Amino acid sequence: MEMEATISLLDMRLLVPELTLICVGLILMLLDLVVRKKELIAAVGIAGTLVAMYGTYKLYGFYNPQAAFAGMFVVDGYSNFFKLIFYLNIILTICISLKYMAIEKASFGEYYALLMFSSTGMMIMASAADLIILYLGLELMALSTYILAGFMRNQPRSNEAALKYFFLGAFSSAFLLYGISLTYGLTGTTNLKGIAEALSTLSIMDNPITYLGLIFIIVAFGFKIALVPFHMWAPDVYEGSPTSITAFMSVGPKAAGFAVLGRVLFDAFAGMQVQWAAILVPIAVLTMATGSIIALAQTNIKRMLAYSSIAHAGYMLLGIIAGTHDGLTSTVNYLMIYLFMNIGAFAIVIMLRREGVQGENLDDYMGLSKSHPLASALMLIFMFSLAGIPPTAGFVGKFYVFMEAINAGYVYMALIAVVFSAISAFFYLRVVMYMYMKDPVKEVELTTSPSMSIALAVTAMMVLIFGIFPSILLNLVRLSILG
Amino acid sequence: MTTPQLFFAYFAVAMTVLSLLVVTRRSPVHSIMWMLVLFIHIAALYLFLNAEFLAAIQIIVYAGAILVLFLFVIMMLNLKKEETAKKYQAQWPVSAGIAIILAAFLVLILGKIVVLPSLGEYSIEAVKTEGIMMTTGKVLYTEFLLPFEIASIVLLVAIIGAVVLAKKRIE
Amino acid sequence: MSVIGILLILLKTISVVAVFLIHVMFVQYFERKAIGHMQSRLGPMRVGWHGILQPIADSIKLFFKEDIIPASSDKPIFYIAPIIGVIAAVSSLAVIPLWEGFSIANLNVGILYILALSSVGAYSVILGGWASNSKYSFLGGLRSSAQVISYEISMGLSLVGVMMMAGSTNLSDIVSAQDGRWFVIPQIIGFTVFFISALAETNRVPFDLPEAETELVSGFATEYSGMRWALFFMAEYAGMFVMSALAVVCFFGGWSGPGFWIFAYVPPVIWFLIKVYGFIFLYFWIRATLPRYRYDQLMRLGWKIFIPVALANIVITGVVKILWK
Repeated sequence: MEMEATISLLDMRLLVPELTLICVGLILMLLDLVVRKKELIAAVGIAGTLVAMYGTYKLYGFYNPQAAFAGMFVVDGYSNFFKLIFYLNIILTICISLKYMAIEKASFGEYYALLMFSSTGMMIMASAADLIILYLGLELMALSTYILAGFMRNQPRSNEAALKYFFLGAFSSAFLLYGISLTYGLTGTTNLKGIAEALSTLSIMDNPITYLGLIFIIVAFGFKIALVPFHMWAPDVYEGSPTSITAFMSVGPKAAGFAVLGRVLFDAFAGMQVQWAAILVPIAVLTMATGSIIALAQTNIKRMLAYSSIAHAGYMLLGIIAGTHDGLTSTVNYLMIYLFMNIGAFAIVIMLRREGVQGENLDDYMGLSKSHPLASALMLIFMFSLAGIPPTAGFVGKFYVFMEAINAGYVYMALIAVVFSAISAFFYLRVVMYMYMKDPVKEVELTTSPSMSIALAVTAMMVLIFGIFPSILLNLVRLSILG
Repeated sequence: MTTPQLFFAYFAVAMTVLSLLVVTRRSPVHSIMWMLVLFIHIAALYLFLNAEFLAAIQIIVYAGAILVLFLFVIMMLNLKKEETAKKYQAQWPVSAGIAIILAAFLVLILGKIVVLPSLGEYSIEAVKTEGIMMTTGKVLYTEFLLPFEIASIVLLVAIIGAVVLAKKRIE
Repeated sequence: MSVIGILLILLKTISVVAVFLIHVMFVQYFERKAIGHMQSRLGPMRVGWHGILQPIADSIKLFFKEDIIPASSDKPIFYIAPIIGVIAAVSSLAVIPLWEGFSIANLNVGILYILALSSVGAYSVILGGWASNSKYSFLGGLRSSAQVISYEISMGLSLVGVMMMAGSTNLSDIVSAQDGRWFVIPQIIGFTVFFISALAETNRVPFDLPEAETELVSGFATEYSGMRWALFFMAEYAGMFVMSALAVVCFFGGWSGPGFWIFAYVPPVIWFLIKVYGFIFLYFWIRATLPRYRYDQLMRLGWKIFIPVALANIVITGVVKILWK
């Protein structure tokens, strides 16, 4: 154990982005007392996020790993890339939620502050090199998200979402803690590197208790990522939460879950790759199957996107199962693409919501192309991308993940994934079909705002750019993770 | 069995029985009373592990604050209907079965536990010479400073959440 | 541990508890007399000289009185509620050092132990109020639960300053650390918060909302009678003793007294008792003087004034302690 490493004030340097976000969160709450215009609060939030992003970019470069706080906290390319995802997630979420939260009559300053705190938790998770930090980061993220899910507190379904998310989240935390305690009991350390060391020096890799600890940890992350059979909460929570928060948490916590899953499996349990791959393979198959098949039966678009997000988690898992750093790269690449296409799709869903109209049913999209051709075209791009149809980014993401799975010898997994991907295309294209091939039954008015337009423009552009020039993103991810 | 083993056996059995009582009582207040007894047992187990500080905190925080809060909420709600309603859903035998299988599995593999070759820095003797509060305090503010500070943010978020979800004003 | 050691502890425990219970019995006489004289009355005068035997007469009466249990009450909880209170209060005595080297258990976490037991003691009021199944009792129980949680925090925080100055939570060590310089002077903020919180924690006037005779007809204890009611009563007075003893130990130098002239020959336990009774007199004085708080005022005082003040006190103590080095 490297406990003799002392902590100095200089260690705080590595925490600057996290501290920035926390300060921004606190400032936003104070600002909420004196400022009535939520636009200003949102602008300050975005500006603060940009400052934090600058901190991540400027202070550390992109690939040299640095550790602080006695090796508990690391800043390396891997964590920095995930932080980039989280920053973009905050900014895009703020952009799409400004008008929406006003319509939902839940526009409080705390909303933006909690987005900051939640993202701080995700960043801490991405940087955690110690199971204790990891757990606390996860709790910080989860607690903020529970509150955000229940933000429309005059709506019963939002309350239900928050409560369900909270109970199952607490339940999964118990799994995580049990896994951590078993691992700690065997190895005598919570440091990820220390665990890897202890596992090999004590030769306890084939000890059933080590397995159990590993299984519990995977189960806990499975809850956060919404892997089947730990996905039960996702549809209800995604449906009941404010739509902007659904977008936020279908990307953020999922990415954070993958960040820690990758970190824990690749760093601490690297020597047990065969074993954890064996656990993850059936989970991945189930996840892809459940997500794709149940989504077919959904008529509520938020619910449909919830199942779609479950299915996507299954595809992303392939990169981890591959067990190579290239595989991990493809997963991270997928996550970044998923961020843009998913938030874009939710942005369109939000636009259909206006005073007195829920706008969440598939029927609401009937003949949308007649009255709102631009919005329909954007939705078409996002749906194509989610389905993985070239030349959109979604295709690139899936392509690399399947490639890496094949390279690592999981040809059958890639085949299964392709099959379910084809099945899932059905329900994505159904939305497109509704928009373009059906006649409008009722007048649909869209709620627009400048920030929403910016968010839509950025997401759609990114989906197309990464689809046509995939190497831009992939090289960035490669540089970050592989050095 | 040696005396310590006997003590531990008592606590292990008693805590299991108490936990079962907590989840099976019909009246929520009775559940809480059993939970109080359970918490006192947990505190005693901490004492047994030479962690008297944790034992005191266990009572003050869990028994003294959290459980009183539970009671407070339960007393405010009208639970007469809940008490007569069916307590478990239809699938409870399945859940119980899974729980029992998991427990059996745990019991089976616990024999495989490997005792670490060397003790860590904070052995019982080391803690005793300095006092548990002193050691805990030092460790919290040096080695585990970062987790400690993150925990403070987690608590802050909890406070914000309570205020946001409970305040009256709605525009 | 040898058999003799165990016997010695038992003997210590029994004697301390017995002496304590006699004190509890007579402190009630003291209260009636003190308040009587403050209100220009004489107080009890009939049984014995100046009513000195009144407590004994009262005890006999309570002991033989019918034990009424409401039909719709929750019986098991109704039975155990008063007992929890007495056990918690009397157990707290175990760590209080009566004189140098004498306490039943010299715990390292003495202060925390007392705080823990005082929070467990709150259950007796809450559960008693709930189990009685009566409006008045129930309101008393609700009030008590919120009050206890709130004031426990400020009480715990107010003692942190003392712990920091003494560098220990062992009560004997805290007394030795004072060594003539009582902590009440540097910790005057902490002491004020502590004393007022202790009033609230023991449900005494002006914070006796859980019983509030005038509005709740004695609150949580409305449905209790006979010996069970007496147990509640005993728990309250025992709690008062423990809190006074804690105040004496933490802020007023415990058993130490002036070491000159004939004072040096007075046994330390006498000094300890004098100080404790001083505090108890203060409790009575406040009861005779102040009106009851309103409930929202009570909550505001606890959360918005005492907790911040106690936190500030901790910061100040810490800063001063670092600068002093």
